[in-house]
Amino acid sequence: MADKISFDLVSPERLLLSEEAEMITIPGTEGEMGVMAGHAPVLTTLKPGIVTVSGPATERFVVLGGFAEINATKLTILAEEAIPLADFDAAALDLRIGQASESLALAKSDTEKSARQFYLDNLQQLRHAI
Amino acid sequence: MASLKSLRNRIASVKATRKITKAQQMVAAARFRRAQEAALAARPYAEKMGQVIASLAGGMKANPGASPLLGGTGKDDVHLVIVATADRGLCGAFNTNIVRLAKQKIEELQAAGKKVLIFTIGRKGREQLRRLYGPQIIESVEFTAVKRIGFANAAAIGQRVLELYGEGKFDVATIIYSRFRSVISQIPTAQQLIPAPVEENAAATPGVVYDYEPDEGEILADLLPRNVSVQIFRALLENVAGEFGSKMTAMDGATRNAGEVIDKLTLLYNRTRQAQITKELIEIISGAEAL
Repeated sequence: MADKISFDLVSPERLLLSEEAEMITIPGTEGEMGVMAGHAPVLTTLKPGIVTVSGPATERFVVLGGFAEINATKLTILAEEAIPLADFDAAALDLRIGQASESLALAKSDTEKSARQFYLDNLQQLRHAI
Repeated sequence: MASLKSLRNRIASVKATRKITKAQQMVAAARFRRAQEAALAARPYAEKMGQVIASLAGGMKANPGASPLLGGTGKDDVHLVIVATADRGLCGAFNTNIVRLAKQKIEELQAAGKKVLIFTIGRKGREQLRRLYGPQIIESVEFTAVKRIGFANAAAIGQRVLELYGEGKFDVATIIYSRFRSVISQIPTAQQLIPAPVEENAAATPGVVYDYEPDEGEILADLLPRNVSVQIFRALLENVAGEFGSKMTAMDGATRNAGEVIDKLTLLYNRTRQAQITKELIEIISGAEAL
C-alpha cells in the first residue's frame, strides 16, 4: 500500500481527529476530492458534506463548511462544524435547512442569493445522503 | 475589650464567609478543567487559521482590490477596542488587569489623536469602563445567561463587528483579552483583528505554492470574516479558562485567610472568657475572705 498521509480534523471547539490515513474523501466546493499521500498542494473551501477517512478503520464525519489545506504529507481540515456521522442528528440538520431557507428568502443581492441557495442545496443533498 | 457575644457573632460571620469562598473555589475548580480543555482545544484551529491567512495574505496585501478586512480602509482614524472580560467578580485581579491594559491602550490611542470606540464583552468590563469612557461604549454583550460559550456566541459578536466595519464606523479593531497560561498566570493581551495582521517573515518565506479552489480571492473573502469570529471565540475561551483559574487562586487565598481570622478570633474569645471566669472567681474569693 502507498504511503500514509497524516490527517487533522479541527473544529473551532476541538481537535476531532489526528491520525494517519490511507485516503480521505472531502467535499470540496468544486467537487468531491479523494486525497492520498503525495497530493499536489491545494487549498480549498468545503461545502456541507461527509468526510470519509479510510485508514485501518473507516470513519465518517459530517462537516458543515470550512476549508482544507492539502500538501504532499498532510491534510488539515478546518471545519466550521464537524460531528462524527454516528452522533449526527438529522433533526438538527432539518432545523438548519429551515434556517437556510429563511435566510434565502431574506437575501438582498443576487450573489448573496445564489450563495445561500448553494448552501441550502448542499444541506439538502446531505440530508438525502444520511 | 470586645464582649463575648460580639466575638461569637464575628466568628460565626467569618465562618459563613469561609463556607462561601470554599464553595466558590470548588465550583471554579470543577469548571476550570472543562474551560481549560476547551481553551487548549481551540488553539490549533485559531493558529492554523492565522497561518493560512498569513500565507494567503502575503501576496494579496499589495493588491489594491484586496478585501478591506486585509488591506484596511486606508485610514487609521477610528479605533475599535473590544474589551473581553468576565461577567462575574470574585476572581482576584483578573478583570482589573484586562481593564488596565485596555485603559492604557485607549489612552495611548487618544494621545495620538485617534478616535476610540469601545465594544465590551462581559459585565465587569463595562462596569469598570463606563465611568471613564461611557459615551464611547457603542456596544456591549454579556454572557450571564449562557452556560457554556459556543462558537455561535462568538460568531454573533463577529457578525456585529463586521457589520459595524461594513458601515465604516471604524478603521482598526483590536481585541483585548487575557491569554491563559496557567492557573496563576494569565497575560492580558491586545491582538489586532481588523485589518488582519500579516507577519513580515511569513510573507517572505516562499514555501509551497498552493493551488486554490476556488481562486485565492474567493477563499480569502470566505476566510477573513470567519477569522474574525474564530479569533474572538478563541479570546473568549482563553478568558473563561483564565477567569476560573484566577478565581480558584483567589478563592483559595480567601478561604485560607478566613481560616486564619477564625483561629485568631477563637483564641481571643477563649482568652476573654477565661479572663472573665478568673475575674469572677477573684470576686467570690475576695468576698469570702472579707467575711
